[in-house]
Amino acid sequence: MKRDIDSRLVAAHDLPDQQSTGYITLNSLRLSYTNPKGVPLVKIAIIDYGLGNLRSIKRGLEEVKAEAPITHKKEEITDADAIVLPGVGAFEEAAKNLRPISKTILDQIQGGKPLLGICLGLQLLFTVSTEGGPHKGLDVFKGKVIQLPPGVKVPHIGWNTLKIVKPDSPLFQGILDGAYVYFVHSYYGAVENSDLIVSKTYYGTEFPSAVSKNHVFATQFHPERSGETGLRMLKNFVEYIRS
Amino acid sequence: MLTKRIIPCLDMMNGRVVKGIGFKDLRDAGNPVELASHYYKQGADEIVFLDITASYENRDILIKVVKKTADSIFIPFTVGGGIRSLEDIRRILCSGADKVTINTAAVKDPELIRTSARMFGSQCIVSSIDIKRVYVADESKAPGKVVLDTPQGKCWWSIYIYGGREQVNMDAVKWAEKVVELGAGEIVVSSLDFDGTKQGYDITFLRELSERVSVPIIASSGAGTREHILEALTVGKADAALAASIFHYGTYTVGEIKEYLAKHGVPVRL
Repeated sequence: MKRDIDSRLVAAHDLPDQQSTGYITLNSLRLSYTNPKGVPLVKIAIIDYGLGNLRSIKRGLEEVKAEAPITHKKEEITDADAIVLPGVGAFEEAAKNLRPISKTILDQIQGGKPLLGICLGLQLLFTVSTEGGPHKGLDVFKGKVIQLPPGVKVPHIGWNTLKIVKPDSPLFQGILDGAYVYFVHSYYGAVENSDLIVSKTYYGTEFPSAVSKNHVFATQFHPERSGETGLRMLKNFVEYIRS
Repeated sequence: MLTKRIIPCLDMMNGRVVKGIGFKDLRDAGNPVELASHYYKQGADEIVFLDITASYENRDILIKVVKKTADSIFIPFTVGGGIRSLEDIRRILCSGADKVTINTAAVKDPELIRTSARMFGSQCIVSSIDIKRVYVADESKAPGKVVLDTPQGKCWWSIYIYGGREQVNMDAVKWAEKVVELGAGEIVVSSLDFDGTKQGYDITFLRELSERVSVPIIASSGAGTREHILEALTVGKADAALAASIFHYGTYTVGEIKEYLAKHGVPVRL
């Protein structure tokens, strides 16, 4: 908000045809995320509960014109329009670090606030993880986080395809079946109720690569590292929050 | 289906790209941020920055570049070179890099791999291994080493540190197995025999390692042609191929390499 804006660039970026074409133009890279029309920006709190790279998800959300503070403060989480629960690393450590704010997050979900869990953030939303455990998660998605099967290289690192089960999901608007997204993980969430699966991906087994329940969405892959496909999903998330 | 990754590598010194620059369409071809963005648009699956800055004092320049790059590309990127401590790793990751590669510091203190993997997750700790062949007449000449037949003769592979300047009398295959045990999430293999030769990757080593360890292997050093990359990903069984000059000199774009691979049945993201 405090950044200087080049009004010409903002105007160019707002042209309707930019919506459907690539997001990555040199112009867009230099854009401020300030909204030129004075409409309040969607504010998405990125939960900070430890170490690691949160800058890329922040940048991804800014690229689709959201304000994205990185925070662990209750007030800021409560104040935001939506929440992103990111995550890399080990489940146990993350669950432990998340504990002081887990009630806040659950209350916010309860109150209807949209949430997007990414990678370990997806796993933390499950009932329990077997990674170095069992360790309890937030239990938003009933199910167990389990290791990828033997016979494939672990971690599962790289670009893999989406088999979209629910093309109507708000997150997947404009995403084609078979689109590539970037994965880095060794465990996945085996959801009890298969109705919650939005997409599946095959790696040694077919696992849920995206799940959703009402206003809670979660992806095992990293939309912020999945090029234009991922940016589109983040944009979809922002649009969902607005709607 | 999981695809094989194509990773352009940018060698950097004091914040500038130093290896082979053949782009005429870039305003500033030595600018790592601009080059990274260029490769991103070409369809690179990841980007690697290798900082070969001699002086440690210039770290702040690297951090600035990492931040700017993280702001302009939306694919994973890795930073290596001169990483010595947990604090170095933390700084780079917090600046927006997704992974770090560690070589010398890990050889000197293998616990760095373990503690960093535990702290930041295995997914962001990439073990970088520099190898060089040591030819022997037969196995008895190299006790405790993994000796294999190569088209050039029997050899084992010794590891090198300090950017290839210092040999360590350790078997590279065994060291690789050790780093995986310690928690490294990927291994990037650079061959001092093949680096800069454009003769292809060290296929024998890659294949052996790929079959032995459970984590993804990234082939580095030696790519001169598309065939070399194809060979590393098929015969060498590598999960990703990293290359520098083949891209920098504009021999092929990332897209052209991928199309070639796809035509030969290698799954790639097009």
